[in-house]
Amino acid sequence: MIRNILEQADKVDAKLAVLSKSAKKHTIMLTRKALTSESKDGENASSEDISALLEKEREEILHLQGLKKDLLEQCRDLTPADRVVLARLSNRPHITDFIDALFTDFFEQKGDHLYDEDPSIFGGIALFHGIPVTVLGHRKGSTVEENMACRFGMPCPEGYRKAMRLMGQAEKFGRPIITFIDTPGAYPGMEAEEHGQGEAIARSLAFMSHLSVPVIAVVTGEGNSGGALALSVCNRMLMLENAVYSVLSPEGFASILWKDSSRHEEACELMKLTAADLYENGIVDEVIPEPRGGAQTDPVSVYRSIEDAIARHLTPLMKMSPKEITADRHKKFRKL
Amino acid sequence: MQFSLRKNMEEELKEDPFITCKKCGRRSRKSQWISHYYACPVCGKLKNVSASYRLSVIFDKGSIRLQDQNITSQDPLNFPGYKEKLEATKDKTGLMESAVTATGKIGGQKAECIILDSRFFMGSMSDAVGEKVTRGIEYATKHHLPLIIFAASGGARMQEGIFSLMQMAKTSDAIEEYSRNGGLYISVLTHPTTGGVTASFATLADITLAEPGALIGFAGPRVIEQTIGKKLPAGFQRSEYLYQHGFVDKIVPREDLRETLMMLLKLHGMKVKEA
Repeated sequence: MIRNILEQADKVDAKLAVLSKSAKKHTIMLTRKALTSESKDGENASSEDISALLEKEREEILHLQGLKKDLLEQCRDLTPADRVVLARLSNRPHITDFIDALFTDFFEQKGDHLYDEDPSIFGGIALFHGIPVTVLGHRKGSTVEENMACRFGMPCPEGYRKAMRLMGQAEKFGRPIITFIDTPGAYPGMEAEEHGQGEAIARSLAFMSHLSVPVIAVVTGEGNSGGALALSVCNRMLMLENAVYSVLSPEGFASILWKDSSRHEEACELMKLTAADLYENGIVDEVIPEPRGGAQTDPVSVYRSIEDAIARHLTPLMKMSPKEITADRHKKFRKL
Repeated sequence: MQFSLRKNMEEELKEDPFITCKKCGRRSRKSQWISHYYACPVCGKLKNVSASYRLSVIFDKGSIRLQDQNITSQDPLNFPGYKEKLEATKDKTGLMESAVTATGKIGGQKAECIILDSRFFMGSMSDAVGEKVTRGIEYATKHHLPLIIFAASGGARMQEGIFSLMQMAKTSDAIEEYSRNGGLYISVLTHPTTGGVTASFATLADITLAEPGALIGFAGPRVIEQTIGKKLPAGFQRSEYLYQHGFVDKIVPREDLRETLMMLLKLHGMKVKEA
């Protein structure tokens, strides 16, 4: 259902873009006529004609804007399966957008300094409200080339070892850590297995559990399996309204339980993977609202909400002692 | 409740006196299987064994004390059909969960032992498994005991969704705490160890041992084949393969396990003597 709505909204958007361009052109023509009272070649139409046309266009624009609003209104009651679609949209804001919008002076750090650089984990040092922080997360990429290089956000062991390197430095220099979670899971490939995918994730979990600096994880898209958990052992877990977080992708879940991955929508209903479900179960600490129709319809408002939420949670955490911070995180996971 | 090797042998000898090997298909006398520690007397293929059998193999006779026997899954998602399946599995296996925790003595040295029994939901990680494993580790931390974990798992318990996933963080946290307190953790990877168990406590040991021929990995072979679009080479993700790639210290046949454990405890300054 959500796919239809989004498709229609896209069509309306395209029409709107054409109309507003032409309306702009007509406005300029009118102004020029009024100023010079001369007509150039190819602009034979009278001011009245252009005015009438412009009026019509403006009406059409208003109508379309209303239509779009109505369409997005239909996104009021989304099913879990709808949210999975939204969480995976390629035009949903990604980690690079969040870093640009929320942080300043970003310095990217590369490689695990052991074996390789994994672009599916993106991170470095930056300032958040003037405070040095380490920021990192999964990167899916925005273009096809980036998607391929990042394996659509599925890290190899090198990615997790790079994350540990960055987080270890954060601890050394007393920087809080902010992670962005958006991955279909750890990469299931031959080399990933040879290089110890399981071991890398396990180390990351154990390592993060004992970090003495505050860790805030923000689930922004889909967070699946150990691949997502490996960056989310945190003091506070924040989650965008339409993001999903689960033990496995709904397709994988259906495939394992019923040997039929096409039953993924049914799986979505059972898995309790939405932000609201996870908040209710005490796993997520705050749900960050999204504009109607998903984060991609108004990314700027989403950036502002995330920034506000991080600041709100970070302030009290930064007043805690290193021991209190580790104990606070231990308490969060021990009770689950 | 206590187990001893002799009692198990007597019980099992009453049933069908032959066992068919799943690999080579040869039928051999049960007594022969038992004398080979449940390895096929013909081809050496290991048979999956119960947690109680494993305890009886490594611990001194009469020293085993089971812990937390009443922890059982809470069905946190109210998953359709799950409760019934749990009850049926409990009846069939006589276990409350796949994880069995116990203390016992190895050559007189007290140790904590945690075993995942693959007969119970393929040793998959449920909230109860995570809780039991964590309590076992915490007990070892508190009483400064060496820790031995036999991992065997198909991965996450799907019916428990996100709660299954969170057990990975909980158990890894407990291992890290145990390790920072100077505890010795020996992990024994058995067939199969995959998914969330591989990606948490099973691979965080000081000494990692594996049984011969066990499947050990994060992603399952079928998923990998679908992703890369080709067949995996023979022996991929087996103990020997991990040993070659540097993730296992030693592959230990069952008959040598107790002796290997005794040696490792001795090397860590513990007093061990053969009874």
